[in-house]
Amino acid sequence: MSIALAILAACFVVAVGLGLLARRGLDMTLEEWSVGGRGFGSVFVFLLMAGEIYTTFTFLGGSGWAYGKGAPAFYILCYGAIAYALSYFLLPAVWRYAQPRRLISQADFFAAKYESRALGVLVALVGVAALVPYLVLQLKGLGIIVSEASYGSIAPAAAVWAGAAALILYVVVSGVRGSAWTAALKDTMILGVVVAIGVYLPLHHYGSYRAMFTAIERAHPGFLALPSRGMSPAWAISTVLLTALGFYMWPQYFASVFTARNEDVFRKNAVLLPLYQLVILFVFFAGFAALLVVPGLAGADADLALLRVSKATFGSAAVGVIGAAGLLTALVPGSMILIAAATILAQNVYRVLVPAAPERHVAMLARGLVAVIALAAVVLTLRGGSAIVALLLMGYNLVTQLFPALVLSLGARPLVSARAAFAGIVAGELTVAAISLTGSSVATLVPGAPQAVKDLNVGLVALIVNVAVTAAVGLATMASRPTVELAAADD
Amino acid sequence: MRAYHWLALVPPFALLAGLWFANRVEPYVLGLPFLLFWIVLWVVATSATLWLIWTLDRRRASRDHAIKGTSA
Repeated sequence: MSIALAILAACFVVAVGLGLLARRGLDMTLEEWSVGGRGFGSVFVFLLMAGEIYTTFTFLGGSGWAYGKGAPAFYILCYGAIAYALSYFLLPAVWRYAQPRRLISQADFFAAKYESRALGVLVALVGVAALVPYLVLQLKGLGIIVSEASYGSIAPAAAVWAGAAALILYVVVSGVRGSAWTAALKDTMILGVVVAIGVYLPLHHYGSYRAMFTAIERAHPGFLALPSRGMSPAWAISTVLLTALGFYMWPQYFASVFTARNEDVFRKNAVLLPLYQLVILFVFFAGFAALLVVPGLAGADADLALLRVSKATFGSAAVGVIGAAGLLTALVPGSMILIAAATILAQNVYRVLVPAAPERHVAMLARGLVAVIALAAVVLTLRGGSAIVALLLMGYNLVTQLFPALVLSLGARPLVSARAAFAGIVAGELTVAAISLTGSSVATLVPGAPQAVKDLNVGLVALIVNVAVTAAVGLATMASRPTVELAAADD
Repeated sequence: MRAYHWLALVPPFALLAGLWFANRVEPYVLGLPFLLFWIVLWVVATSATLWLIWTLDRRRASRDHAIKGTSA
C-alpha cells in the first residue's frame, strides 16, 4: 500500500467517522435531519454555504478551465461575489418567512408563499431533475480524484461505489449535521492544500507569478484575456449573471438558509464569503502552472491538470493529501444534494400524494430515498459519458428558472398568482429542455445577430420566455379573478 | 431599503463592466494579468462594501433599539 493510498484511506475513514459522530444522540425528526433543528450559528451555516465554492467542479473544473480555456475560467470567480451581494438582502427575507412556518425545503417555501401545493410539487420535481446530474458530477469527480491520487491502484468505479456507500451511511444517520461536520474537515484541508499548491507551483516552476503569466502569454498569445468571439465578454457577462441568479436557487443551498439560528448569520456570511472564495484564485494558479509543465491534456482530460501537475512536482505523500482534500470536495456537496433531493421528494411530493401520512413515515421515507437516489446516481455515473458537464449546465439553467417566481413572492403577498408562477416556470423549463436537447445557441436561433448577441448564454432565452409567460398569465389571472384576489387580501 | 443599500450594486456592476472594458492582459498588476487583477479587486471590494452596509445596518438597529426600547 503506497503512502498516498494510506492517506486517502485514512482521510476517508475520518470523514465518515465525523459524519456519523455528528448525530450525538439527537432524535432525528425530519426537521432535525434536513435543517439541523434550525440551530446552526454562523460557522456551520458558513461551512454549508461555502460548500458551493469547493465542489469537485471548482477543484477539477476550475483548474481544468484555466488550463484548457484560460481567461474564460475567470467567470467562476465573478458569479459567487455577485450572488453573495444579492444574498445579503435575499436570504434574511427568506429566513424570516420560513422560520415561524417551520419550512424545511425550497418547495415548501414556494408552496407556502403562493398557497399552492401544485407549485410545490413542480418546484420539487425541478429541483430533483437538477440535483441528480449535479450528484453524478460529484461522483464522477470523486472517481477521477481517487484513481489519480492512488496512482491507479483504485479504479474509478470502485471509488464511486465506496464514496456512495459512505454518503448513504452518514447522511442516513446524521442528516445535515453530518454535512456540517465533514464540511469543517473539508474546508480546513482544501484551504491548506489549494493555497499551498497555488503558491508553490508557479514559484517552483516559473520563479514568479508574473513570469508564469508572461511565459503563458508568449506560448499562447491572447490566452489570458477573453476572446473576441465564442467565450467573449458578452458570453462571460451573460453567464455570470445567469449563474449568480441561479446560485441560491439550488435546493440544497436554499435549504441551508433554514438551518440558521437567526438572520444576521446571512449578513455576516455575505461579508466574508466573497473574500473566502478568492481561494479559487489559487486553483486557477495550479491550472495555469500545469499548462507548460504537463502540456497536451486535451478536451475532458484538462480536468486532470491539477492532479497531473501535482504528481509531476510532489512525492506520493503530498499527492495523497491533495487527493484526500479532493475526495472531500465530492463528499460534502454530495451529502447536501442527497439530503435536499430526498427531503423534497418525501415532503413535497409524497406528502402531497398521501396527505394522511404520519410524520414518522415521511421522515423514514426521506432516509430510504437517500439510498435510492445515491444508487441511481452511481449507475448514471458509471454509464454516463462526457455529457455530464452539459447536464450540469442544464441543471443550472433549470434551477435559475425558479428565480423570477421567488423574487415576485418576496413581498407581503406574491405579485403574481400561483398559476402565473407555475406557467412561467413550466415555460422556462421547457425552453431549457428544448435548447439543451437540440444543442441550440443564440447563434443558431438568431443567425443574423451581431457577434456579441450570438455569444450570449442561451440560458437567457429561457429566462426571458419564463418572465414573459409569468407576466402574461399574471396579468390575465389578475383581471379574471379580481374578487378572489380581494377576498384573499382581506384576511 | 435604505439609500446606502444601493451601494451593494457597485461591485457587481464593476465586475460585469470589467469583463468588457478591462478585458486585457497588460499591464500586469501584482503579477496578475489585468483582467484577473480587476476581478480580484472587485471581489475584495464586494466584501468591503457589504461590510460597510452591515456596519451601518447594525448601527441603525442599535440606535432604533435605544430610542424605542424595543428589540430590533
